Amino acid sequence: MAQSNIMPGFRPAISFTLVYLVLIVLIPLSAMLLKTFQLSLDEYWAILTNPRVQASFRISFGAALIAAVVAGVFGFIIAWSLVRYSFPGKRVFDALIDLPFALPTAVAGIVLATIYEPRGWIGKLVMDSTGIQIAYKPLGITFALIFIGLPFVVRTIEPVLQEFDTAMEEAAASLGATRLQTFIKVILPNILPATITGIALAFARGVGEYGSVIFIAGNMPYISEIVPLLIITKLEQYDYAGATAIGLTMLILSFLLLLLINGLQWWVRRRSGQL
Amino acid sequence: MSISVNNISKHFGAFTALDNISLDIPEGELVALLGPSGCGKTTLLRIIAGLEQADQGDVFLKGDKVTDQPVKNRQIGFVFQHYALFRHMTVFENVAFGLRVKPRRERLGEAIIRKKVHDLLSLVQLDWLHDRYPDQLSGGQRQRIALARALAVEPSVLLLDEPFGALDASVRKDLRQWLRNLHHDLNVTSIFVTHDQEEAMEVASQVVVLNHGRIEQQGSPSDIYDHPANAFVSRFIGQTNVFDLDEQDNDWLQTAGLSTAHQKGKIVHVRPHDIVIEKSSANSDAFVTLKDWQHLGSLIRVELVKNGSAASVYAEMPNDQFKRLHLNKGDKVDLRIRHAHWFH
Repeated sequence: MAQSNIMPGFRPAISFTLVYLVLIVLIPLSAMLLKTFQLSLDEYWAILTNPRVQASFRISFGAALIAAVVAGVFGFIIAWSLVRYSFPGKRVFDALIDLPFALPTAVAGIVLATIYEPRGWIGKLVMDSTGIQIAYKPLGITFALIFIGLPFVVRTIEPVLQEFDTAMEEAAASLGATRLQTFIKVILPNILPATITGIALAFARGVGEYGSVIFIAGNMPYISEIVPLLIITKLEQYDYAGATAIGLTMLILSFLLLLLINGLQWWVRRRSGQL
Repeated sequence: MSISVNNISKHFGAFTALDNISLDIPEGELVALLGPSGCGKTTLLRIIAGLEQADQGDVFLKGDKVTDQPVKNRQIGFVFQHYALFRHMTVFENVAFGLRVKPRRERLGEAIIRKKVHDLLSLVQLDWLHDRYPDQLSGGQRQRIALARALAVEPSVLLLDEPFGALDASVRKDLRQWLRNLHHDLNVTSIFVTHDQEEAMEVASQVVVLNHGRIEQQGSPSDIYDHPANAFVSRFIGQTNVFDLDEQDNDWLQTAGLSTAHQKGKIVHVRPHDIVIEKSSANSDAFVTLKDWQHLGSLIRVELVKNGSAASVYAEMPNDQFKRLHLNKGDKVDLRIRHAHWFH
């Protein structure tokens, strides 16, 4: 094993990584797994098939997915504007993007709820003109998650767009491509992997988001109750096994979905010759 | 005229990139836009292509005014300095791109596109790489793919921005000859931009010398070399010795056989191969000494110093001629100037 390596420090680095991984990630996760083992398979199954639990899963994952995709589209446009154009106040605008990262999520939640509730500034406007209520509905949850997910998308796409060789666009134009063809055939394929990464990050964050959602969600069982809230509810009822069972299921589902998204990304990269 | 440019000016802020340029390029020529960096040559090429808008002036391609036409309607082939290949597409798809984006009515059938692309790839001798991605190719290969891609749309003119700039020396030499032959076969009116005068002289049939956004001279390579229009061109093309008659060079040049009687200016440029040297006898009053000499392959470059002057004069002669002179460092020599250019 006395192999010399060009990059020194492999052992300290891997040791640190492993210790960190065990302490911060593996031990807490296995504790949760152990707690779940207090339940029999039937009991576990009963908790999961409970209609209220299933409804909350649908709402959490559904809203997070829709919000991530919407944030993906908006984020792409925002990143594009920031990289390609110069306009007054660009730096301020650029700093604002990161605000959802820094803002305490509860603050964001209360602000969003106040504005989008049926009597709020925008809520009332939308309610009066279209009859659609935003806050205290799944739509409100989606709005909050778009807000939370946007910076993930913008900050993942931005560096890739910056590095994009604009001569490729000029080349496409010189070969007779319209602006739309250039966008679809040249720009998009090069930015798509980063966009998918951004969407995946926004989605992962959205599924577990608690603070900014509960104020605008309304938390009606079967209608606008998210999984993290259900876990808190179970904890407050001293139903620890039930809470961990839901938590574990969420963990597995999230992991599978992220795996799927990674696979999709690999496929896109491969198809576009970036692997 | 295949390409005509009329009174083109272009400013970037306070910087004047092009200053009232007019240029006519006949059908079938292979033209080099030559000049030092920052002289506006790339800007001129991009304006002809439509990638840049001129502040004033007009561009004509095949007699049609295209000043207000976007690049996609100009029917030009453009080869970018760093190739700008689509890195997410295979070599085949890169070359096919121009054929695939045509409006549905004009688009060729898939079988014809395939044949055409493979023909083009064979033309640039890279058909065996058709399923590779650009990142997997060498610089010279990318360059040729970029050229094949530009040719796919059957452009009426071909524009190349520093086509050999990013390549290493040996590949560059091969590609120059190859481009010249390709142009001979295809006969597409072509303009390429370069800062390398050797490259321009070797490849082009016409050379346009630019400096500070103005055209200094346009002509065939031999024209430009033998009859430089001004001091800038003379100094930029090939090697030259510069003598300023206001500084005591007068007598010395007369001794060297250069008649200053009917002089046309105060600056004399003498090409190194127009200086003939001979070993002078031991007791001669010659005042030029051989300081050093360098081997340039078929030529020998001799470095001479005049007594009492720090500046060197360079002369060049064939290898065997130098051997016959039996010269050593420190020998006194007589020299004769065969030909010179006078400038104000």
